[in-house]
Amino acid sequence: MFFTKKSLRLLGVLAGAALAGTVLAGCGGQQAGSSDTIKIGANFEMTGNVANYGQATLDGLNLAIEEINAAGGINGKKLEVISADNKSEAAEAVNAATKLISDDNVKVIVGPAVTANVIAESQVATDAKIPVIAPDATSPDVTVENGQVKPFIFRSCFIDPQQGSVMAKFASENLKAKTAVVYVDNSSDYSKSLGKVFKEQFEKAGGQVVMEQAFLAKDQDFKATLTSIKTANADVLFVPAYYEEVGKIVKQARELGITSPILGTDGWDDSKVADIAGTEALNNTYFSTHYSDKDESVKPFIDAFTKKYGHAPNVFAALGYDAGKMLAEAIKNANSDDPEKIRDAIEGIKDLKVGTGIITMDAKTHNPIKQAVILQNKDGDRVMIAKIMPE
Amino acid sequence: MELGQQFLQQMVNGISLGSIYALIALGYTMIYGIIKLINFAHGDIYMVGAYIGFFAITQAGLGIVPALLVSLVTTGLLGMLVEKLAYKPLRHAPRLSVLITAIGVSFFLEYTSMYFVSPTPRTFPQVMDNVAVNIGGLVINGQQMLILGITFVLMVILTYIVKFTNTGKAMRAASFDVETAQLMGINSDRIISITFCIGSALAAVAGVLVGIYYNSIDPLMGIMPGLKAFVAAVLGGIGILPGAVVGGIILGVVEALVSGFISSTFRDAAAFAILILVLLVRPTGIFGKNTKEKV
Amino acid sequence: MFKGMKYLRKNDAIMLGFAIVLFAVLQGLVTGRVLSSFWQLNVLIIGINIIMAVSLNLINGYTGQFSLGHAGFMAVGAYVGVVLTTNFHAPFVVALLAGGAAAAFLGVLIGIPTLRLSGDYLAIATLGLGEIIRIVIMNIEYVGGAAGFKGIPHLTNLAWVFWVTVIALFFIKNFVNAQPGRACLAIRENEIAAESMGVNTTKYKVMAFAIGAGFAGIAGGLFAHCFYLISPASFTFMASFNYLIMVVMGGMGSITGSIAGAFVVTFLSAALASWPEFRMIIYALALIFLMFYRPQGLFGYMEITNMGPFRKIFGRPQAQKLKGGKADE
Repeated sequence: MFFTKKSLRLLGVLAGAALAGTVLAGCGGQQAGSSDTIKIGANFEMTGNVANYGQATLDGLNLAIEEINAAGGINGKKLEVISADNKSEAAEAVNAATKLISDDNVKVIVGPAVTANVIAESQVATDAKIPVIAPDATSPDVTVENGQVKPFIFRSCFIDPQQGSVMAKFASENLKAKTAVVYVDNSSDYSKSLGKVFKEQFEKAGGQVVMEQAFLAKDQDFKATLTSIKTANADVLFVPAYYEEVGKIVKQARELGITSPILGTDGWDDSKVADIAGTEALNNTYFSTHYSDKDESVKPFIDAFTKKYGHAPNVFAALGYDAGKMLAEAIKNANSDDPEKIRDAIEGIKDLKVGTGIITMDAKTHNPIKQAVILQNKDGDRVMIAKIMPE
Repeated sequence: MELGQQFLQQMVNGISLGSIYALIALGYTMIYGIIKLINFAHGDIYMVGAYIGFFAITQAGLGIVPALLVSLVTTGLLGMLVEKLAYKPLRHAPRLSVLITAIGVSFFLEYTSMYFVSPTPRTFPQVMDNVAVNIGGLVINGQQMLILGITFVLMVILTYIVKFTNTGKAMRAASFDVETAQLMGINSDRIISITFCIGSALAAVAGVLVGIYYNSIDPLMGIMPGLKAFVAAVLGGIGILPGAVVGGIILGVVEALVSGFISSTFRDAAAFAILILVLLVRPTGIFGKNTKEKV
Repeated sequence: MFKGMKYLRKNDAIMLGFAIVLFAVLQGLVTGRVLSSFWQLNVLIIGINIIMAVSLNLINGYTGQFSLGHAGFMAVGAYVGVVLTTNFHAPFVVALLAGGAAAAFLGVLIGIPTLRLSGDYLAIATLGLGEIIRIVIMNIEYVGGAAGFKGIPHLTNLAWVFWVTVIALFFIKNFVNAQPGRACLAIRENEIAAESMGVNTTKYKVMAFAIGAGFAGIAGGLFAHCFYLISPASFTFMASFNYLIMVVMGGMGSITGSIAGAFVVTFLSAALASWPEFRMIIYALALIFLMFYRPQGLFGYMEITNMGPFRKIFGRPQAQKLKGGKADE
């Protein structure tokens, strides 16, 4: 016999584990039966490369749902968030979305955080007629494909062209910049498309982009590229990227003696940037984002978040929170947990007050119409320079 | 800035980046030398070291030197523990099984850390003044110099330990042939344990220094540096201490030059390409001895 | 000679019978909606992972060449495939074959110089090559760069995955049992001895490497047409590790083992999806404990056809136990 006792035992253990897994997975599916909760899928990057973004967005979403449930839920029903991990990978995002839809019977999905993962997920959701709200995906082709709006895909943040042109205009008009260097994160759609828009708009306004450089997410050392950026001697440096790398870039740029203003986008909106770069290095930098933390109307959200998690929210958490509020409003207006009715209700959202401002959904593009602000970092403080309402 | 000066600045950037790889590679190469295990968990030990240093400074309010010591000791013990629990039972198993165990340990360290400290990066408090020296337009950072200096000092100390102390002799004997060493009265298990302790403690030093230098740590910070350190160790010849340092610095310089003059998106590709080219010319690394295989 | 052929044919017929029954059962489960779409998708992933594991096993387990760049070849097949179907509207089968051919060609190209290396040096060189392939793809804007290739038609279904897997298994099994495969085994056991017996070691190493790469390319094509979007992030060295885990977990040098390894790894990942916070921790512990209890893998060097009750059906002699001292050096 080739089945030794040991191998038999092991096979037994494996079979047992397999069985337990299936049974438990099955149980997960059956809980869906109760009718006084509405299930919301949260497909996020909980492990892998960009787990910090996914997790922060999920934190914001959870806070919003908790508040809604504490206030009695929606039409007498509680909302329940079921999270699934997409390991920061497009293929796994499809897998996670499929699980949420088929095994957990969710009525609507929030997430993922990263553009590519939302795009991967969107076909599955569309086929199953489950609406998706992408909280942080700012690339235009998330909701629009070949000029056609994807009926089930929405977002709750503004899009890249809006931010990119705001910052290009700011650079040429307010800072009177003639030359610029664009330094993007080549592994992110967000960063690349912002860089492209900035270049177009800045050159349209008479400026010149004299150098384009790229880095990759999770890089630690930027000095080599920054050394060659320094030789370009441009009036401004545009870095549309996420906070972790931005902090390091600003710090190392100042160390190498790059004194020109550095511009950025909403990926900068995290207190970590100041912690990493240091307040002095951060002087003379500007970025666009969704709200100013000095704004009175945003205070309740910031306080609630700080109370629950022990630290101030970053932009991902704020957008996750907004997505949660938007979703709750849609379910309330739909007065039903039917995914297609929820879809119609999301499309009809108008002048809804969320954590970071006021949102109106544009039915033609499924992008919210939302304000943007430009903040300046000044001696450890953030000063609002401009508030821009979309045309 | 003219081209010559830019080149010099890139060399400075490269050497300082390389000294970090070298520092991690020292521990890697020691552990590899003795049990011939690609310890994929080494990068994660380095991450744990950085976090212990971070909490020692922020939570216990220690200064930089005591914090470094705490991290060094705790991480050294952790290294021994990992070896005892995960690798020792597999001493006579096929080597690939141990490698898979190492990958398992690596995942375990990464994701338990992530569970407890959250994936959000932490920022190190400013515990050290960072002076940048400007020599004729060439910017050299004080912390970079410190890391480079520590790397060289540690290399010298380790080489001394390995070459001239009894423990070191035992290490070399064990790395040559564990069983024969045991017959000669060397407690191989103890020696392997000590090697893991030293190697992990080195990783902790690197973790804390890198944490201070880049000012940001996260649970997955060990993956890439761990891999790069391994590349550095292979480049220099696995198991050879000066080789690890030279390999690390070559790697750093290549990366800086590629990032500065071509594009940083090709940086990692260039690093691996250099590795492969060196291996094709010298299949056991720059300083590696080419042992004749007997039939 | 004739006797051998007959023996082969009989066993193949039994296996084919098994395959048809299994396919009917799976298809029934899918059509009857017994399996939810999540598990349907995971059945496809298991099939793709089986191809990846078996093809890597040919290189690592049977030929004893420690390769860590398998995900790179998968990426080549995936990208060649999607460009053909999406941009040139080629039939799926053409895309799969072209992807496999491209990966195999690349396998030959980089196999010839690098396979001179041995052991861990080869491992890090192949890991590096896999990463270089990924980085090059990431820098090609035509295929979407780092953000990924969008709008891929969903062509992969159970029938495609199942039968391609069966073909891959059949091909590799016969390769291993035929003369070139025996040469590969000889190389694994002792390269110098094999060479002195007149085995052209370079030729067979490159051959195994290219066949492994080719099937990885085909698996890449199947993988890409499952997910609407592929990005270089799916083909990092971490993915290569994952395939290596499947091979070692199942047993180096056992096709049955690779199937089991691919199944266990994919199944664990899917079954743990409901506990995203703990998924990776449990997975890590499972890996460590499996290696403790079965360091030689679930099946070691054995095939299911050589084991206990199955031996009778297949009329096989006792499992040939090949002591693999050299294989893991």
